[in-house]
Amino acid sequence: MKYFALLLAGASLLLPVGAQAQETAPDALVKNVTTEVLEIIRSDKDIKAGNTQRVIDLIEKKVLPHFNFQRMTALAVGKDWRQASPAQQKALTDEFRDLLVRTYSNALTAYKNETVEYRPFKMQPGDTDVTVRTQIHQPGARQPIALDYSLEKQPQGWKVYDVVVAGVSLVTNYRSSFATEIRNGGIDGLIKTLKAKNTSLEASNRK
Amino acid sequence: MKAAFCSKFSLIVIVAAAAGLLGGCATSGNPKDPIEGFNRAMFGFNEGLDKVIIKPVATGYETVLPQPIQTGIANFFSNIADLMIGVNNLLQGKPAQAASDAGRVLVNTTVGFLGLIDVASSMGMEKHVEDVGQTFGRWGMTDGAYVVLPFFGPRTARDTIGLAFDVYTDPVGHVDHIPTRNVLLVTRVISDRAELLKADKIIEEAALDKYSYVRDAYLQRRRSLIHDGNPPREQDGSAELENDNTKVAEAGEPAQPSPAQTAMRQ
Repeated sequence: MKYFALLLAGASLLLPVGAQAQETAPDALVKNVTTEVLEIIRSDKDIKAGNTQRVIDLIEKKVLPHFNFQRMTALAVGKDWRQASPAQQKALTDEFRDLLVRTYSNALTAYKNETVEYRPFKMQPGDTDVTVRTQIHQPGARQPIALDYSLEKQPQGWKVYDVVVAGVSLVTNYRSSFATEIRNGGIDGLIKTLKAKNTSLEASNRK
Repeated sequence: MKAAFCSKFSLIVIVAAAAGLLGGCATSGNPKDPIEGFNRAMFGFNEGLDKVIIKPVATGYETVLPQPIQTGIANFFSNIADLMIGVNNLLQGKPAQAASDAGRVLVNTTVGFLGLIDVASSMGMEKHVEDVGQTFGRWGMTDGAYVVLPFFGPRTARDTIGLAFDVYTDPVGHVDHIPTRNVLLVTRVISDRAELLKADKIIEEAALDKYSYVRDAYLQRRRSLIHDGNPPREQDGSAELENDNTKVAEAGEPAQPSPAQTAMRQ
């Protein structure tokens, strides 16, 4: 545990700075952002009409400031992350962010009518790494879907570094396919694949 | 009826055995997936089957039936499943959960009109997800190789054995009136599939390689289920930080195979 805290401290040095300082508690942060975004998605006319780009813009504006994409990308890339140059790390982070934002927008749009239940949240003073647990209740389904957010404390406030759906981490689930891409085409190969994926998704959404 | 079970059972055994024989060919080196070539082929077969038959039927089902009826059908099968979920909770040494599951069946079968309405959930009796594969996992059996079974989809070696028990003890399969049993079995497949329709597009768009995305999601999900949503962090690999420069852990690989894992390979 101590070692883990040390690792965290090391990681925090690599994080982007610039977001405004805020000290909202992690559970309140998740709740506020989720509530606000869902309200907009449910009421916005363009989004209701199927405008995907508008959902993405909304996520970019409201959700992204609370995510630490560099950390997410490092986790997904795994041990090869160290071999990437700063420029490659930036390119990877940018492409992976686009992919995750798109996935997240789709999920929010598909499940917008479900109700979100916030599970009891426990946190010790001094904790720097916490999990906020929520449950998505679908009207037709037998059991709710667990949706957990992992957050870490940063100088600029709490930042999400992983989203876990029904026990599946959206971040580490990419690890083996990223590793395969890197083995086949190096870091640049992975960047290229991610770019191509994002471009094709963008094209299909425009249709 | 027994014959149908035996054939299903033996199908699973044959596939597991075939999977074992094929070990060593066509692999991209994932230690959890030694028979990737076979698995990819089976994954393709299942995808094709889904695309041609199951998904269109499930889509029709979802379009035609009003939501409350779909919910009723899903609840009906969920109530039947709670019976064995309770047994598994008992086998896993969780008597409180088992009692709650028994309570769910009692309440939902009576007050909930044969399970059509999930009254128990609104009374605070939480629905659990358990099966024999999880029970084995709880007992300490490691998951073994990843296998994609025809029709049933992703499993591990351990979960394949678990599935054989699940199928054998499935109350729906023991309905004596064969036409009724068949209708129930098919309806359950469709109802289950309809619930997953929304997730399709998300997976399709998120995955660079759908096969490995589904595989890794399955393995993560099972691990989470065995620990009832709270898997220990340190063995997971997801918690270890890769931007650290001193030590990097392989994704969730135990350093040495445990005795149970070795036993499963024999």
